Amino acid sequence: MTIGLQTAAYIAATVLFILSLGGLSNQEKAKRAVWFGIIGMAIAVLATVAAPSVPIDQILIGTIVIGAVIGVVVANRVEMTGMPQLVAALHSFVGLAAVFIGINSDLTVHDFASVAEQVIHEVEVFLGVFIGAVTFTGSIVAYGKLAGKLSGKAMILPGRHLWNILIVAASLVLLVMYMNHAGSWTLYAMTILALILGAHLVLAIGGADMPVVVSMLNSYSGWAAAATGFLLGNDLLIVVGALVGSSGAILSYIMCKAMNRHFVSVILGGWGDASGPQMEIEGEQVAIDVDGVTGALEDADSVIIVPGYGMAVAQAQQSVSELTRRLRAKGKNVRFAIHPVAGRLPGHMNVLLAEAKVPYDIVLEMDEINDDFKDTDVVIVIGSNDIVNPAAQEDPNSPIAGMPVLEVWNAKQVIVSKRGQGTGYSGIENPLFYKDNTRMFYGDAKASLDQLLTQLS
Amino acid sequence: MRIGSPKEVMPGEARVALTPDSAQQLQKLGYECVIETGAGVLSRFSDSDYEHAGVQVVASADELYASVDIVAKVRPPLEDEVKKLRQGQTLIGFFNPAGNEALLETAKDQGANVIAMEMVPRISRAQKMDALSSMANIAGYRAVIEAGNHFGRFFTGQVTAAGKVPPAKVLVIGAGVAGLAAIGTAQSLGAIVRAFDVRPEVSEQIESMGAEFLFLDFEDSQDGAATGGYAAPSSPEFREKQLALFREQAPEIDIVITTALIPNREAPELWTEDMVAAMKPGSVIVDLAAEKGGNCKLTVADEKIVTENGVTIIGYTDFPSRMATQASTLYSTNIRHMMADLTPEKDGQVVHNMEDDVIRGATVTFEGEITFPPPPPKVAAIAAKPVEKAPEKTPEDIAAEEAAALAKAGRNQTTLLVIGAALMGLIGMYAPPSFMQHFIVFVLAVFVGFQVIWGVAHSLHTPLMAVTNAISGIIIVGALLQLNSDIPIVQILAAISVLIATINIVGGFMVTRRMLQMFKKS
Repeated sequence: MTIGLQTAAYIAATVLFILSLGGLSNQEKAKRAVWFGIIGMAIAVLATVAAPSVPIDQILIGTIVIGAVIGVVVANRVEMTGMPQLVAALHSFVGLAAVFIGINSDLTVHDFASVAEQVIHEVEVFLGVFIGAVTFTGSIVAYGKLAGKLSGKAMILPGRHLWNILIVAASLVLLVMYMNHAGSWTLYAMTILALILGAHLVLAIGGADMPVVVSMLNSYSGWAAAATGFLLGNDLLIVVGALVGSSGAILSYIMCKAMNRHFVSVILGGWGDASGPQMEIEGEQVAIDVDGVTGALEDADSVIIVPGYGMAVAQAQQSVSELTRRLRAKGKNVRFAIHPVAGRLPGHMNVLLAEAKVPYDIVLEMDEINDDFKDTDVVIVIGSNDIVNPAAQEDPNSPIAGMPVLEVWNAKQVIVSKRGQGTGYSGIENPLFYKDNTRMFYGDAKASLDQLLTQLS
Repeated sequence: MRIGSPKEVMPGEARVALTPDSAQQLQKLGYECVIETGAGVLSRFSDSDYEHAGVQVVASADELYASVDIVAKVRPPLEDEVKKLRQGQTLIGFFNPAGNEALLETAKDQGANVIAMEMVPRISRAQKMDALSSMANIAGYRAVIEAGNHFGRFFTGQVTAAGKVPPAKVLVIGAGVAGLAAIGTAQSLGAIVRAFDVRPEVSEQIESMGAEFLFLDFEDSQDGAATGGYAAPSSPEFREKQLALFREQAPEIDIVITTALIPNREAPELWTEDMVAAMKPGSVIVDLAAEKGGNCKLTVADEKIVTENGVTIIGYTDFPSRMATQASTLYSTNIRHMMADLTPEKDGQVVHNMEDDVIRGATVTFEGEITFPPPPPKVAAIAAKPVEKAPEKTPEDIAAEEAAALAKAGRNQTTLLVIGAALMGLIGMYAPPSFMQHFIVFVLAVFVGFQVIWGVAHSLHTPLMAVTNAISGIIIVGALLQLNSDIPIVQILAAISVLIATINIVGGFMVTRRMLQMFKKS
């Protein structure tokens, strides 16, 4: 295959990838859009393999087949609640591949037309390996946290910012040495430092911030691919890397905006500084039993369900779906309100509800539904906490002050399904639980809902 | 302790604050009851009735005031009645504290504790002592009866051998307690009843009494959110609509009962002279607001007049007193309930508990202090404070803010572009042309990415991440290109890269497809 033909194939693949991403603007188009992506990928790989420089042998075919089989198995096995872990794991692969390709490039002998080209090449190698390594260990740690293999709490080392700065500075020094032909060991040393940096960065970030971390790693994996593209002089890699990188960046931005936090403060971990004592909460939490909830739902005309990570943990989405079906059969207006950072992954709740066959046209975003709460009879909060915390609006000293939240307390009654009286992931008290129109429905979300379903015929 | 009622001194007042029945109940609470001779006569309770009930009858008011600890009265006391009170004595009755400051001072100087029955808070627990409501109920009933007395026809429609009689049409304005009682009475006499109130939310109560609620028609000219589609009653537009409605009704209506009162203000004029003129001869207007100037300006307080066109206007202000037996029975029961709350131990000893919302609210002087007006009741304090609204932004303000935001964004964008151009220039000075070509591609791709990703639906963010995962597996291309290296370690690393990139591609696309299949429309 000629270079011209290969370039043409790459252009086609690029266009298909862009169409694939653009198609995600709505659910129906998205189903077709995935095919654009698949075809684009097939064209790109075939065009590359068809070049004479790539040896087609049993090893290559075998490797691809093994990889494909693993991919199929993983994709079919994964639970929808486990999506965050899978996404994090896949990010780590891209990071690792970028590291390997960078090291390979260092091992291969090159001819350079000019000194400038050599300098640029060396910077590219260094940058590609650095981003790849950070992505790799960062994603591994994120995977561990999301899968529950590591503690979800933020691990804060003393002087952690200093460590990060030191690592970056040391890497820069190594880069300079590398460019002055100090040898490949500088590259390997930097790789180890970057691996440590990636792990340390993500370890310091708490569970509630995971949506930002995952989308940030998504972005990094894109930039790693782009850096590799520069390194190999391959425009296709550059374009795809840039697309993925900007996609992750936008997702991170949306998540941060939804939490009213600055990107930097999320990445550096910990909540922003509160300027004074938090408001005292008056009142008490009033419990309600399953009969009470049944009565409230029987009397209600309009119901809004607000799911959160707790629903995913309890695997309660099927029960929620069944509840929705029954209430709708009784002619009640049931809708879902999804906060942008509900769950551990952007859009996580939508996927879980879709899996449980909740129709997507009753699943609404915060901005679409926030004004409707005041006309709603019953709001059921299932496993969410911070995203329905009125302190965000009422208490300027709250750590989450100014974060946009779902204004569930405006409804006539709020029922909160919650395991116990604790404060949840972020450790922030929630005045919602103490409001006059709030009732606490204690217990595991799935068990509580199943009990409720036996009462609601 | 001893409780007693003097004879009411106001001329024409026939009610009494203590009946034989209530006296028996009070004795169960441990009180000794006293009555001035002849106090119950106008309410058809003779001295012997009282004596049978175990009440001591005394000869004069002075003797009564001197012998009791608690004085129960109906009407607000006169100056010399207050003068008779002594230190520590309790007076229970209507007092009109808001319009009777001089009397309040006198009572304070006398050292008497005064409980004003009209100050009983309107909360569920205190309904049993709400004397205003029980008196208003009687007024509403009596208003219909008085109207019937002066109305020359039946209330109910009849078809008789002597001809057909149309039913009377009654319009009740204001659906408070009196209005609702009037509606019920007129309805049960067989009339066609219509009713109007400025509060659209009482339409349910009116309809439950069997009357037709007259709605005002408002086009969407008003902001309906706060008032339930109704204009504010104070607005000129509302008033105009309301009068237009009454004017339309006037020629048809036989009996009008107006009950519109605003606390401590002159009664609003609702039934104008031209409406009276438009009514049929023989029609009757009962103005329950006569005491405060009347809802009809032709009304003369305490009198019945007949206009030139033969419309009778009744302006009596003493309807409860005109049904003295009933009124006394209800009023004395209200007093008795108040006493029960004042006597928690049922031992005939008054415990004037100023922590109790109802007692605190009704007490206007206590232990030499004026305690009027009362603080808002605690029960109401639980209700949410109205949130102060931010001042509405005018369209100009909004336009100005938008323009400012736009200008700021423009400045930011310009700064970024300048910095970007400078950086590009810097790179361009040193970097070789081949790098710059790739760099163009890179920058353009970032821009395309930003444009495309903003359009992605929020609900599809997880599939977006999965699909970007899959396509970032494009790194396989780089690995493939390195496979033909002569160096074994490079080959191995490249092969591993191919393997994991393949997992990424296949796994990413498969899982995206799986997810998207699940999104179903209802």
